[in-house]
Amino acid sequence: MLLSTKNILSTKELTKQDIQKILDTADSFKEISTRAIKKVPTLRGKTIINLFFEPSTRTRTSFEIAGKRMSADVINISGSTSSSVKGENLIDTARNLEAMNPDILVVRHHCSGAPALLSQFIDSPIINAGDGSHEHPSQALLDLLTIRSHKGDLAGLKVAIVGDISHSRVARSNIRAMQTMGMKVRVVGPPPLMPPDFESLGVEVSHNLREAVRDVDVVMVLRIQMERQNQGLLSSLREYSNYFCLTSESLAKARDDVLIIHPGPVNRGVEISLDVMESPRSLILNQVTSGVSIRMALFYLLLGENNANPN
Amino acid sequence: MSSTLLNAKDISRAINRISHEILERNNGAEGIALVGIRTRGVALSQRLKEKIESIENLTIDHGILDITLYRDDLAEGIQKPELRKTEISFAFENKHIILCDDVLFTGRTIRAAIDALMDFGRPSSVQLAVLIDRGHRELPIRPDYVGKNFPTAKSKRVQVLLDEEDGEDKVIIQEQSK
Repeated sequence: MLLSTKNILSTKELTKQDIQKILDTADSFKEISTRAIKKVPTLRGKTIINLFFEPSTRTRTSFEIAGKRMSADVINISGSTSSSVKGENLIDTARNLEAMNPDILVVRHHCSGAPALLSQFIDSPIINAGDGSHEHPSQALLDLLTIRSHKGDLAGLKVAIVGDISHSRVARSNIRAMQTMGMKVRVVGPPPLMPPDFESLGVEVSHNLREAVRDVDVVMVLRIQMERQNQGLLSSLREYSNYFCLTSESLAKARDDVLIIHPGPVNRGVEISLDVMESPRSLILNQVTSGVSIRMALFYLLLGENNANPN
Repeated sequence: MSSTLLNAKDISRAINRISHEILERNNGAEGIALVGIRTRGVALSQRLKEKIESIENLTIDHGILDITLYRDDLAEGIQKPELRKTEISFAFENKHIILCDDVLFTGRTIRAAIDALMDFGRPSSVQLAVLIDRGHRELPIRPDYVGKNFPTAKSKRVQVLLDEEDGEDKVIIQEQSK
């Protein structure tokens, strides 16, 4: 067994060994993306279906490129062009796709738990590419890879996650994965965007950005999700920015070698200022590059396991 | 039960001889580059590189190839080898690549290695150097430089131990452990 799990649904079910294995494998894949011919024949003849019921550029392209660099055939289906528009339910859609013998299904859905539900009806491995405000495990893994390649060891590092924690699947996946790897997490944001159960996850909670970034190795800024901001949780974006936008001023007390990451897409000037975003401490584009390697590693490890004889 | 095929002295003599053969065949070290196949081909290629450089008094390019992603048996579920990095940082154009591995057996590793090399460019030629040729080829592949030819029964296992990886230099042959 290469990984302890058949599907990648959440970081909660990944062990430390799993995460280590995924990061090490992804490290070996980095070099392929720098070649003149960016392709290896490893997954020739395998079929990967990207089933996306939510808009995405980064994640969908990243999964598609990862599959193609491994020579797999990648098919993209988006919610708006699928039969779900005609009223077909999710499970039927997935079952019909499975009848065409894909080897992996990558699923993004606006409902939390949709990929987990599908995994009960589908034999092919499923990768959760973001489900509602639940989890986005490949994002957490690429964040860890980015941090590891700049800091060396993950254990003992301190991270501040800033923004709309309660709606963030990225935060949830990261908190679990980071804790598994022995990192310390502090969440930062206004009380309405901070779910009360987060303290029970063993994270520190802060409402003061300047103080919260003081002793950390990494600041992860989350996107303010405009599409989820009609619930009256914030009085205005300007007010949010006044307190929680990461600027060089709010970083005044931070360490010189602090790393800045953001899962994208960025609302420039809302959660992060232009100068911080463009500064050498910002690894936002490195994260995107890491994403391709992480997804290549997931495909490789999941398909390997799928084919392994029990000997 | 295992018996020793080559000891440290034999290995060092073979490396010396192969170094000279490479130079002779390529009219010197101009335009040659050594590429070692992980894991033990890497140590061998490094030793050949050092030897050739000391004879010719110049530096030659060196690379490391991991062929895991090019294997033809991944889908068969044999124990998967640890995937590690390929490190090739020089251009192949107009180069004579000497591919190095410890044991030549079925030829399938070399087939995979040649495929991998071709993804990095178009070398003038690819030559093959191995420490042991034990026969039983399944593909039309032959070595250009051989440390020792040693016809073996297919059931035996030939194991090359090298200081860099195993703490000693030795080639042993043993019954396949089941």
